[in-house]
Amino acid sequence: MRHTSQAVKIAAALGAASLLLAGCGSKPSTSGSGGSGGSGGSGSNGGSGSSAKAFKACMVLDTGGVDDRSFNQSSWAGMQAAAKQNSSINVSYVSSSSQNDYTPNLNAETNKGCNTVLAVGGLMGDALKAVAQKNPKEHYAEIDNASSLPNIYGMQYNTAQGGFLGGYLAAAMSKTGKVATFGGINIPPVTIYMDGFWEGVQYFNKQKHKNVAVLGWNEKKQKGGTFANSFTDLNKGKSISQAFIQSGADIIFPVAGGTGLGAGAAAQASGGKVSVIWVDTDGCKSAAQYCKYFLTSVTKNLSDPVTQYVTKAAGGTFPTGNYVGTLANGGTGLAPFHQFDSKVPSSLKSELDSIKKDIISGKIKITSPSQPQ
Amino acid sequence: MSPASTATATGRVSAWSRVRGSNVLVTVLAFVVAMVIGSVLIAVADTDTQAASKYFFAYPWDTFTAAGRAVVDGYRALFEGAIFNPNTAAQGTLAGILGPISETLVNATPLILGGLGVGLAFRAGLFNIGGQGQVVLGAVFAGYVGFAWHLPVGLHLLVGILAGILGGALWGGLTGWLKARTGAHEVITTIMLNYVAVYLLGFLLSVKGFQRPPYGQAISNVVDDNARLPHLLGGDLRLHAGLIIALLAAYGMHWLLTRSTLGFQLRAVGANQFAARTAGMSVERSYVVVMLLSGGLFGLAGVSQILGTNSAITGDIDAGIGFDAITVALLGRGKAGGIVWAGLLFGALHAGGVQMQASTGTPIDLVVVIQSLIVLFIAAPALVRAIFRMRTTGGGVGQQLAKGWNG
Repeated sequence: MRHTSQAVKIAAALGAASLLLAGCGSKPSTSGSGGSGGSGGSGSNGGSGSSAKAFKACMVLDTGGVDDRSFNQSSWAGMQAAAKQNSSINVSYVSSSSQNDYTPNLNAETNKGCNTVLAVGGLMGDALKAVAQKNPKEHYAEIDNASSLPNIYGMQYNTAQGGFLGGYLAAAMSKTGKVATFGGINIPPVTIYMDGFWEGVQYFNKQKHKNVAVLGWNEKKQKGGTFANSFTDLNKGKSISQAFIQSGADIIFPVAGGTGLGAGAAAQASGGKVSVIWVDTDGCKSAAQYCKYFLTSVTKNLSDPVTQYVTKAAGGTFPTGNYVGTLANGGTGLAPFHQFDSKVPSSLKSELDSIKKDIISGKIKITSPSQPQ
Repeated sequence: MSPASTATATGRVSAWSRVRGSNVLVTVLAFVVAMVIGSVLIAVADTDTQAASKYFFAYPWDTFTAAGRAVVDGYRALFEGAIFNPNTAAQGTLAGILGPISETLVNATPLILGGLGVGLAFRAGLFNIGGQGQVVLGAVFAGYVGFAWHLPVGLHLLVGILAGILGGALWGGLTGWLKARTGAHEVITTIMLNYVAVYLLGFLLSVKGFQRPPYGQAISNVVDDNARLPHLLGGDLRLHAGLIIALLAAYGMHWLLTRSTLGFQLRAVGANQFAARTAGMSVERSYVVVMLLSGGLFGLAGVSQILGTNSAITGDIDAGIGFDAITVALLGRGKAGGIVWAGLLFGALHAGGVQMQASTGTPIDLVVVIQSLIVLFIAAPALVRAIFRMRTTGGGVGQQLAKGWNG
């Protein structure tokens, strides 16, 4: 059949083109002659070939993909770290394209023979509960939700505590007396940061009898506030930031994933008059191009608790109950000041330390309605 | 050689050339070509193949075996996720044996309903891209009735379904009314109404009474059990009565278009609105009616989402159905039966994609690529005919597409 041969030719041409991109080199020698087409090579991520009794940890990601620079990515990084530390841990993930995929993904991972399944994102709670109920012997963990069954380990974060420190720092560092924050979408995992930030500024005003204003958010008006309605639109973030700068703000706290990079661009355009507090991860690592403008970052440590859970589970004891990431256990906090280290007065640093202690001890009460119960 | 002269040669040749030129064959071949390109992508994305290709010129065989294994494993997983999985079937349970088929049907249900919505509007010459908004409104209405009202068994479900139809029909009808009254192009209004619906949902998910306590997540309250569509194959399988609704709706659309006066009017308006007007039909009324019906069908897709597949509304309750439905309707050539088959195919691809991702690590996005390629090749039949050296006979769906809306 000439027709099919032509189709094959096209396919072959496509394949060959992609292979030509990186085609030269020699086969990693697996003791000479054989040539049994195994995966070979000293595997960099100790996957398939290693030991017979591998511990399989599987992760079901929420929508947005594994490279979302946010909770999917950080959670997966925690899995990878666990696999790196312990070569008998075998990690894998599946991503969800909508909430319709939660249940089939959880089922597929359970049926695949995973020793534990981690669900990322609080919205997966209902689906996870139903699946976990049907598989009482399987162990599950969920990020951003409380445990609802004995075989589910819950991991939650009170990032209002980290945001509080960020707000206090911003208020103290502002020269114009105006600081600003904006979110990606008005949802609790976002606004909890903004609540904390707002409270930190109010606390500063009360302690120092100042009147630093917060643009873009007010904890008392949860419906209001400035939102980009996107976690990816850099230009939207830049235009929002420029509007803030024109209103006199000189420190901006974007809680909007990739959209927040626009705040970095706006700070760059201002020639260094404006600085930014990054969110979730240490901005000098995840968005290093704007490190010069990052005063600090309010972090949410998703990776380490995941690593700890998987490592413990692989050791034979599955943690139960709930983990709440706080200032006390390093689940949230402030990243290093990096290039601003010399500009932040040491008196302010010690104030931040004592505020941190007061939040941990409960002397400072955080009022955000979005805190984990 | 024209078809007529072939026909004079022999009867057998004529029949064969008709099959070769037929749209069904083009559809099947488009599927085949898409799968072939998909297998290249699977191979390229496979880490073993990538590793082997680094020494391709030293030992090419490894690259081909690794690629072959990746493709076979990938498509086998696709099959196991969509049709039959011998591993889970070995457990002997109903869920193990029928699980994959159930998943296929669950995924197909809203796609069929949405595809009917697009197809119906298409037949009246309107391009309804507002499925996303109409699904959202349908889900919001049905979901609200589901969790805020508490009615007896049977009645609750019925009211929930009607509320869902109402929600979708309102949103679709608004577009039809705007077009009939002001001439506003439905493509523009439906896209804009999509945004309105999505952000309205985002707002509702932060309103007390809609949002679930303790207000820590953007998720609604849970729909009452009374309002849930019953499971057809027991609680372990997700297949729900939405499928029956979808099949009834497909039959309803077939009857409407081929047997009723209204359907004739809609088709007449779709074929030539000026001729229809001259013949004494109200074009404006047809626009409003068809958009009400189309929106209502999308509302039912929303019902399937919130009273069937899921039990609480989140921001992505529409799950891309509004747009996938367009491709389903095109693949089904705007006919009820074709849309059912196309919906089943896409449902199967999605269900299989989940399994493929879980067992081979092939990204689920690949399934979307295959779906898109199928539609691409169907929309460009000349391309498929060129690849397979087929004769051209008349116009396929390609011409229908090229002609576009409102011709």
